[in-house]
Amino acid sequence: MLDTLKNRIEQGYRTSKYPKQTISLPERYRGLPTINQYADADIVAKCVKACPQNAIITDSNADPNLFKANESSRKMVDMGRCVFCGTCERVSNGKFITFTQDFGYSVAEKAHLLTSGTVPDLAKHSKQHFKKLFGRSLQLRQVSAGGCNACEADLNVLATPFFDLARFGINFVASPRHADGLVVTGPISRNMRTALLQTYEALPAPKVVIAVGSCAITGGPFRESPEVSDGLDSILPVDLYIPGCPSHPLTNLHALLSFFKDRI
Amino acid sequence: MTSSQSSSIETHKIPMQTENRKNIEQTEHSETRLIQTQFSEVTNGVAISRRDLPHLTFDDFRENALKLVRNNAKVVHFFGYEDDSKESSQNGNGGKIKLLALFRTNRVYRDRRYTLFAATCNAPDAYPSLTSECEPFHLFEREIAEQFGIVPDGHPWLKMVRYHPNSQGKPDAFGNDYSKDNDRNYYYTQDIPGNYPYYSVEGKEIHDVAVGPVHAGVIEPGHFRFNCIGERVLHLEIQLGYQHRGIENLIINAPFKRLPVIVEGIAGDTTVANAVSFAQAVEALTKINISDDAKKIRTIALELERLANHVGDLGALSGDVAFLPPANYCGRMRGDFLNMTLLICGNRFGKGLVRPGGVRFAIDSALCDEIMRRITELEIQVANVIDLLLITTPSVRDRFEDCGTVSRSDAHELGLVGTAGRACGLSYDARRAFPTEYYPNIDIPENAKSRGDVYARAKIRAEEVMQSIAIVKMLLSDSLIEIAPVELSFIETNFYEKDSKDYADFTPLAPDSFVVTINEAWRGELSHCILTDQTGKILRYKIKDPSFHNWSGLAMSLRDTGISDFPLNNKSYNLSYCGFDL
Ligand code: SF4
Ligand code: SF4
Repeated sequence: MLDTLKNRIEQGYRTSKYPKQTISLPERYRGLPTINQYADADIVAKCVKACPQNAIITDSNADPNLFKANESSRKMVDMGRCVFCGTCERVSNGKFITFTQDFGYSVAEKAHLLTSGTVPDLAKHSKQHFKKLFGRSLQLRQVSAGGCNACEADLNVLATPFFDLARFGINFVASPRHADGLVVTGPISRNMRTALLQTYEALPAPKVVIAVGSCAITGGPFRESPEVSDGLDSILPVDLYIPGCPSHPLTNLHALLSFFKDRI
Repeated sequence: MTSSQSSSIETHKIPMQTENRKNIEQTEHSETRLIQTQFSEVTNGVAISRRDLPHLTFDDFRENALKLVRNNAKVVHFFGYEDDSKESSQNGNGGKIKLLALFRTNRVYRDRRYTLFAATCNAPDAYPSLTSECEPFHLFEREIAEQFGIVPDGHPWLKMVRYHPNSQGKPDAFGNDYSKDNDRNYYYTQDIPGNYPYYSVEGKEIHDVAVGPVHAGVIEPGHFRFNCIGERVLHLEIQLGYQHRGIENLIINAPFKRLPVIVEGIAGDTTVANAVSFAQAVEALTKINISDDAKKIRTIALELERLANHVGDLGALSGDVAFLPPANYCGRMRGDFLNMTLLICGNRFGKGLVRPGGVRFAIDSALCDEIMRRITELEIQVANVIDLLLITTPSVRDRFEDCGTVSRSDAHELGLVGTAGRACGLSYDARRAFPTEYYPNIDIPENAKSRGDVYARAKIRAEEVMQSIAIVKMLLSDSLIEIAPVELSFIETNFYEKDSKDYADFTPLAPDSFVVTINEAWRGELSHCILTDQTGKILRYKIKDPSFHNWSGLAMSLRDTGISDFPLNNKSYNLSYCGFDL
């Protein structure tokens, strides 16, 4: 018993003050990208070619369907595809794309995943009825459907003392019957598709669907494999997109709080 | 390496427990006879021409493979691959599918303790199963049947591994129906598990408990089926495949620039070890040497990965016996280790750090000091929590001891690797046996326990945690000059600037070659293999996660164990679903 107490004192108090106080992430962390629209065409072309995810969008390679919604001449990063590997930043030596420490880059609409350096304020784009319904208590069921398990790991840590998700009234629950929302990670492998749909069906309406990680949004590193889907929204309606590979726990926390809480 | 470096390394022996010393004597001197085999010796991380691999007749291949295993060699790889080349049509029966087997042995062979042996042969459409004579082939043969439709006759346990049709359009080895989609890809018409004959036990009081694929927690999917009598488990069947993403085939078809990102997605908790295994294979096939500093940084990253996972799992074990303080402390300290990796490369799991040719981020003296400060502060806390969990709290010991015991001989037969194997007395550690990166300069103790229970698995990890902390500190203090960069221009020139319209077809790899890389990931032996064709394109990429060996260890642990001890046993292994399912 004495040992337990001694240990307790040594461990101290560890819960972060976020969101009351801001937290800054280390310099090398890659959050929201910024894009120099006036970068040299050669450098831009090099980055487009180097990007493993074909996530850099310029006039020359744009998908016209996506582009209509945006200002057509801008260069953008598709955060749904991007795995934040930093290749473009290195190749352009910071002259074209750089990554900021801003971890609050989640979005509520698919078109907003295309960024030229800013994202709309998530709190303003969330659906008001969700805030009313779930603002004080939100129970989530997570389904892991393919992927590498790093996204699940960084959702799981929200339960550790540092983040302590429960203090916001948000919990991950065991049964879909007890859940208000579904959090999906992974590219939805063929073998998980049915289990995912069944879990979704088991949720009582109204239900929220959250896609976490590049895999769940576009297939991520595994896109184009015949064994995976090209994104959760081809299967279920998605309300909240949390990009990253994986998204940092603070990105997850920021997204949940901004989307569901009235005040944070 | 400078002399000052080597001397400082010698003074930094990694702490080792006395129980382990006895084990060295047991294992190191027991097996010393010379092996006669038609398989030939290959070296970890060294590329050779495919022509230098002996191509045997199937009968010779089978006989030699069985002989090696009977002489205590362990199967590292046994897989099929598709090869249309001219030479391949010689040598008798079969079509374009070949088999390759690779073994490791700790018997003395030309003065080296650990040796790898490999050979290939043409695959018949069906063959007398090796498993029927020798258990360690069992999952490998199932995998070959699933991937290529080649049937091992007389296999005692022929069931699907990951639930996908074979790539050859051959009749399904398991009696499932499949069809072709619009993109001409094969898929099973029935949902997983399809025609899966679960093991069943009959009797009046026997009942089955089926769990998953979706589990209660935020974890990966898999299906467990327990045959129980009352609370006791007679047998546990583990049926996986839900996470199957088709990685091995994707690697063959994807442009080269995507490969580092794909391999980092094999298993997120093993990102660094997979990235290192891939990078070593590519470096071997491009004849690139990397700097000592890059090796050090890779080694630091590998050890931080081990630390984060072991500490996290110790916490989870504590949580599973409802001892909550250490569970919470470990959860937080795991994060502290992940955050050191974040400091180094901007990603908590090490994604983006390792690339062929080196690493992408340097550790300069300021960063070196910062990590040193953090890890020194953590060291004492970790030590005290481990003490609390494994030494001073009798109720925890009572739950851990004699729970889920696997005997040394069962572990040997099943071919358990890594901490799961070491907990049963199999001391094999790839960092000692096939040292790569900076490990040749580090004296890793021969860790082994004899109990084979949850306590042993926890204790091994706890000891390795303290060793890993010592290794990281040693590497950081070794030379406080800047640990310099690191990524060779090789990468830029080869991967990014290549001016080609047919970028998709570009490959920097040596043609007609073979390489295997073996590393000790935190769970155990992780191995990648690459075979290239005559243009240097990847013909076959084979990945073997340690979990491929160890899932059967978990099943064995559950034999005659209370079903309520499943979570505890499961955590003591904490195996990878995605690394297995690929
Ligand atoms: S960071 Fe994103 S945009 Fe840049 S190269 Fe990597 S995947 Fe492409
Ligand atoms: S998005 Fe990245 S981190 Fe998340 S599951 Fe996919 S590969 Fe893993």
